[in-house]
Amino acid sequence: MLKIENLHAEIDGKKILNGLSLEVNAGEIHAIMGPNGAGKSTLAYVLGGRPGYEVTEGSVTFDGQDLLDLAPHERASAGMFLGFQYPVEIPGVSNVQFLREALNSQRKYRGEEPLSGGEFLKLAKEKAGLLKLDMEMLKRNVNVGFSGGEKKRAEMVQMGILDPQFAVLDETDSGLDIDALRTVGEGINSIMRTPEKSVLLITHYQRLLDYVKPDKVHVLAKGRIVTSGGPELALQLENEGYETVAA
Amino acid sequence: MADTANYPTRKAEEWRYSDVDALQTLDLAAINDWRSVTVAAGETYREFFHLDKTDDVELHRLRVQVGDGARCELFAVNAGSQLGRVEVEVTLGKGAHFEFGGVTLGGEQTTREFVTRTIHAEPEATSNQTIRAVHWGRGVGNFLGRIDVARHAQKTDAAQDFKGLLLERGAAANAVPQLEIFADDVKCAHGATVGQLDEQARFYMAARGLSPEESRKLLVRAFLADAFAALDDEDKQGELLDQALSAVGEKL
Repeated sequence: MLKIENLHAEIDGKKILNGLSLEVNAGEIHAIMGPNGAGKSTLAYVLGGRPGYEVTEGSVTFDGQDLLDLAPHERASAGMFLGFQYPVEIPGVSNVQFLREALNSQRKYRGEEPLSGGEFLKLAKEKAGLLKLDMEMLKRNVNVGFSGGEKKRAEMVQMGILDPQFAVLDETDSGLDIDALRTVGEGINSIMRTPEKSVLLITHYQRLLDYVKPDKVHVLAKGRIVTSGGPELALQLENEGYETVAA
Repeated sequence: MADTANYPTRKAEEWRYSDVDALQTLDLAAINDWRSVTVAAGETYREFFHLDKTDDVELHRLRVQVGDGARCELFAVNAGSQLGRVEVEVTLGKGAHFEFGGVTLGGEQTTREFVTRTIHAEPEATSNQTIRAVHWGRGVGNFLGRIDVARHAQKTDAAQDFKGLLLERGAAANAVPQLEIFADDVKCAHGATVGQLDEQARFYMAARGLSPEESRKLLVRAFLADAFAALDDEDKQGELLDQALSAVGEKL
């Protein structure tokens, strides 16, 4: 589904990714772990197409298309979801309004009929319930006044509503307490754990992987994948630290 | 006393950022023409302005006397003419209220402005002014808001809030709050900021599937909506917002 080959990327002339290669097949969940400054968030932003992140070499193919050739909103419409480490506040725009417009914009791009207000609310209610997020929260402005945990749960509600093929989740576990971590983990499983979908989980810690079992774990250091393995690699990292494993 | 025998110049505080050249197309009588409105005690007066002509100048000058416990509510979409200007002088009686919600929009080399003078002549009156300015090209948006609080106008509560959003380099927004307060037990709040569209929010919105045009439109709409939030008629609010957004037109 996603094939990254020899990816080099920089920001403000500073090289962050140095020949990163990775392939994620449909139905797989991959975890990317690594020390601070390894390039984890940069990878997420490059895949999302954030302005300022320049790809200098390599390719990314998503579902047979050249991902890097698509504008950020086209990537989303093509089925890629980027879960933000720091979800952005948008004053004056309610979650319901934002997500309905986003979903219908994606549907239009794919040549599908828009959802009516009633249909959308039904869908939103269902997904909010899944993540134990009060429907009232969705009537409020996007992320404004949300706690860290609420923002992350709201991200997962967005993912549920938009129903992507592929999700890149950038430290979705940071800022969550134990209960919220379980809720978010279960949310990821129920939304994305299907034979057609895949997830790239970017995380510092093993703990989210207790709830979302990865098929593969990769260690990212200095802008490239230095080692890969099964779920046991995450446990080894937790016990021995990055310095030993990534050396 | 204002000079009515000559054309205004930028030396006068209330014309400082105006397009005084455009005024030359009007005769002096038209410039000095003030309309008067009296709101009887306890009554509510509401008026809407929609400036959308393509003339050289569209000028509205309005003097309102608001009686004790009465309300004056003015809402304006200022998006027309080379110079679009709404100037209001409001004198508030005891416990009266003045509500002003206005948006200026414009590109090219246009100037659109609100000039208000709110006179709290008696105690316990309140006033609230919310102005939003969206400009591009070399468009200019101005808000000059003067508030006078008379010596015995205790318990006055006056607020002014201005925000400018510049869509392109070269556009400008000017906010000039001017407070003349002679009473000692009053609240006068004013704030002014000028900025650009939030690029972080735009990337976030793009990552959810909204095109650059769609995200800009949502953000501009949210920005403008504050100006009409005090209007207790949702349909009319929507109508004013649609008028404003259509003025931004192809910039969205």
